[in-house]
Amino acid sequence: MHLPTAAEQGSTRSAGRSLLWLSVGAAGLFVLLLWVLGFLSGMTGGGARNSGPGVDFRHNSIALAASQEPPQLDSTRTSDQVSNFVLGHIMEGLLRQDEHDEVVAGVAESWEVRADGATFHLRENARWSDGKPVTAHDFVFAWRLVVDPATAATYASLLFPIRNAEAIIAGKMPPESLGVVATNDRQLDVLFERPVPYFAKLAAFTTLFPVREDFFRSRNGSYAANAEDLLFNGPFRLARWEHDASFRFEKNELYWDKQRVKLAAVDVPYITTDSNATLNLYRDGKIAMVGQSPGLGSESLKQALISGWPIYQMRDGSVWYLQLNFRPERLTRNRNLRKALQLVVDRGEYVYKVLKTPGYVPAASVFPVWLQGAEKKFRQEYPAPEITVDVTEARRYLALAKQELGLAEWPPLVFLCDDTPSSSKQAEYFQTVFKEKLGLEVRIDRQIFKQRIAKMQAGEFDIVSAGWGPDYDDPLTFGDLFASWNPNNHGEYKNPELDRWVRTAQETVDPHARMAAFGEIQRIMIEDAAVITTYERGQSYVQDPRLKGVVRRTIGIDPDFSNAYLEPN
Amino acid sequence: MLRYILKRLLHGLITVWFIATATFIAMHAVPGDPLSGEKAMTPEIRRNLEAKYGLDKPVVDQYRIFLVNMAKGDFGISYTQQNREVNDIIREGFPVSATLGILAIVFAALGGVLLGALTATYRNRLPDVVIMFLVILGISVPSFVFAALGQLALVKINAWSGFTLFPVAGWGTVMHMVVPSLVLGLGTMAYLTRLMRSSMLEVTNTDYVRTARSKGLPPARIFLKHQLRNAILPVVTVLGPAIAAITTGGFVVELVFAIPGLGRYFVQAVQQLDYTVIMGTTVFYGAFLVLMVIIVDIVYGLIDPRVRLKA
Repeated sequence: MHLPTAAEQGSTRSAGRSLLWLSVGAAGLFVLLLWVLGFLSGMTGGGARNSGPGVDFRHNSIALAASQEPPQLDSTRTSDQVSNFVLGHIMEGLLRQDEHDEVVAGVAESWEVRADGATFHLRENARWSDGKPVTAHDFVFAWRLVVDPATAATYASLLFPIRNAEAIIAGKMPPESLGVVATNDRQLDVLFERPVPYFAKLAAFTTLFPVREDFFRSRNGSYAANAEDLLFNGPFRLARWEHDASFRFEKNELYWDKQRVKLAAVDVPYITTDSNATLNLYRDGKIAMVGQSPGLGSESLKQALISGWPIYQMRDGSVWYLQLNFRPERLTRNRNLRKALQLVVDRGEYVYKVLKTPGYVPAASVFPVWLQGAEKKFRQEYPAPEITVDVTEARRYLALAKQELGLAEWPPLVFLCDDTPSSSKQAEYFQTVFKEKLGLEVRIDRQIFKQRIAKMQAGEFDIVSAGWGPDYDDPLTFGDLFASWNPNNHGEYKNPELDRWVRTAQETVDPHARMAAFGEIQRIMIEDAAVITTYERGQSYVQDPRLKGVVRRTIGIDPDFSNAYLEPN
Repeated sequence: MLRYILKRLLHGLITVWFIATATFIAMHAVPGDPLSGEKAMTPEIRRNLEAKYGLDKPVVDQYRIFLVNMAKGDFGISYTQQNREVNDIIREGFPVSATLGILAIVFAALGGVLLGALTATYRNRLPDVVIMFLVILGISVPSFVFAALGQLALVKINAWSGFTLFPVAGWGTVMHMVVPSLVLGLGTMAYLTRLMRSSMLEVTNTDYVRTARSKGLPPARIFLKHQLRNAILPVVTVLGPAIAAITTGGFVVELVFAIPGLGRYFVQAVQQLDYTVIMGTTVFYGAFLVLMVIIVDIVYGLIDPRVRLKA
C-alpha cells in the first residue's frame, strides 16, 4: 500500500480545508438560489401554497388530488370525466340528479316530457354568478352551439332526438333550425324528432347546460379557457384554476338552493396520475379521498388494506366484453365457432380467480344489472339467458364450424388488446382457455392505446377486448351498441332482426314495450353469440371517515360534493 | 468569435428543422390519430372535428401549414386541452420545470464537483470508499425509486415530528422545491462525482501541478487554481446536455410530486397522439438542447485557454 509522505499529508489537509470552505459556500449558494427561485415562482404559480389538511374543520373545506387537469370546461364540448366533475359543481342544467339519482328540479322548477316534445318552466331565482338571471335563451344558445358543425362537439349525438339536430350536425341545416324555442325568458319548449322517454334524465346532463350568449361572445373564442372566462350558476363557483397545478371550488352564494350546500370550499391543490403520490398525500393527511377517479389499482388497494383505511366500493357502470369480428373474411363470422368460444368462457373464474379486483362482477349480458326497467331493474324483468360452460358441446360446435368453413387446420385467431399489464393478463387468460379447451391457437396482438383503437376501427382483429360506459341513464345506451349503424359496432355485426328491435326501442314511448324490445335484443345477442360479455367493472376508493354525504354515481356528476359535510368522529 | 456564434446558430436552426420534420413524419406514420378514443363518433361529428383541426387536408398541406406557423412561433391548439394554445402550455409549464431543473443541476454540479474533489483528495481512504459506493448506487438506481422513497420518507418524518417542514407533494413555495430538486439531481450528481474524481486524479499527476508544488506555492492555491480549475473542464462539457435533459426530463419526479411542469407533456402527448403538443414540445426541447450545447462550447473557450473558437 502506498503510504502518504508528510508533504502529501500536508497538501491533503490543506485541500480538505479548502473543500470544507467550498462546501459551506456551495450550500450557501444553493440556499440563496432556492430563495431567489422561490420568490420568482411566486409569479409562476402553483396551487399548493396555502393548502390545508384533507379535512379542514376550521375552514369547513376539503382537499383532493385530481388525476388530470380538466381538459375542457366548455360544457357544450366537454366529454371527459374530470371536466364533467368540475362542471357538475359549478353549473346546473334544467334538471339535476339528487342523492338517490332521482331527477329533480334544477334551473327549471317544473317540466313535462311528452311524446313529441318537452316544456320546461324556469325558476325566477336562478342566477348567473354576475347576478343576472338564467333564462331560456341561455339554453337555446348552448344547444345550438352543441349541434353547430363549427363547434364539432363530441357529444352532439346526445341531441340527435331533438328535431333537426342530425341534419344540422351534418351541415345540411342552420343551427337556428334546431327544435328548441325560448317562448319567453322563463319557458323553454323542445320539439322531438322521435320520442325520448329518458329526456328528463338527459336534461340533467353536462352537454345540455346553459351558456349565456353575451358572455360567450365577449370572450372572443376563449370561453372556458380560464376561471375568469366562465360564468357559474351551480352550487359552487370556480374560485381558482391554475392550469396543470390546481383548482378550487367555493360555495356560490348566488345559487338558488344554497342552503343545500354545506361545504365552504373544495380545494384541489394536487394534479397527478401517480397513485403512490396520492396514497402518500392521504397518509400525510393532505387529501380526503384516494382513488375517487380512476379507482384504486390492485397495488394501491393492497396498501390501503394494510393501512386499515376505510375502503368503499362503487359501480362505474361499464360493461366489458370480447367483441368478435363479422367482416366477410373473418372466421369469427361463423356462428358455430362463436358458440364454441361462448361455451368455454367461465366468467366466474375469470372475474374471481384471474382479475381478482374487488367490485368486479361477472356480466351475463351486455345490459348491466343496475339498469332500471319499466318497474323493477331491467335484468329482473328480463333475466339474461343462462350460458353454462360445456366443453363437450363447445367441441361439437367447433367441429361443425370446421366442416362449414372447409378448414383442414384452424389458423390462429388474432386477439387484439392494449399493452397494459392487466390487459395483457386478460388476453393471456383467454389464450390459455381457448387452447386448452378447444385446441385453438390465439395470437395476441398487443398495441398501445391509440394503435389499438385504430386497428379496432379498421377491423384488424378476430377478437378484441372492449368495454362500454353509459352515456345516459337508459338501456338504449347499451341497446343500440350492436345496431348495424352504430360506429362503436367495431365487429360490424349486422342483424336485421336486432336492428328492428333497436328501432322499436327508439320510437316507442311505452316503457313496457321498450323493455320488451331490449329483452329481445338481449336474447338475440346471447343466442347468436354476437358478443361474449365478461364483466361489469367496479371501483374501490378510500374516503376520510369524517367526510360524509358524498354521492357517487354510475352516470352523471361523480363524485358529487354538493351535499357533503364534515362531522368529527 | 461573433462569426463562430452565428455559424453555430445557423447549424442549430437546421438541426431544429430536421428534428421537427423527422418528428412530424414519425408522428403521422403511427397508426391512430388525435381524435380517436374508446368511444367512436358518428361520421358527421368526426368530419366536423377533422375540418376544425385541418386534419381533412392532405398531410403535405398539413406539413406546409405547420412549417409556416412554426416560423411564426405558433404551434396551434392542443387536441387534449382544446382551450389552450401549445405556446401557453409551454409558457406556463416550462418555468416550473426550469426552476426545478436549475435547482437540481446546481445541486448536482456543486455536489458532484465537491464530492469528486473530495474523493480524489482522499483517494483509497474512508471518505473515498464510502462516497464512491454511494455514487454507484446513485447512478444505478432510477429516479422514480428515489422519488418514491424520498416522498415516503417525508410522510414518515412529518408523522413522527407532527409538523410539516417539507410538503409531501405540490408546488408553490420554496419548501415544495427542496426535496424534488434533490431527488432529480441525485443521478447527475453521482455521475459528475465520478467524472470529477477521475479528472482530478489525472490533473494531480500533470507536470504543471508538480511544477507548482516544486515552486513552493501554498497547497490551497495549488488545489484551487491549478487542480480544481483544470479538472472541472470535462464536467462543464457534460453540463450543457445535462441541463437540457434535466429541465425537460423530470417527468417522473413531476408526476410523483404533483408538480405542474412541462415534463409530463413529453410522455402524455405522445400517448395521446396530441399532434400539436408533440410538435411544440419536441421543437422547443430540441432548440433548447442545441442552444445549451452552443453555450457550453462558448463557455469552454472562456475557461480553457487551449480552446480557441474559430468560425
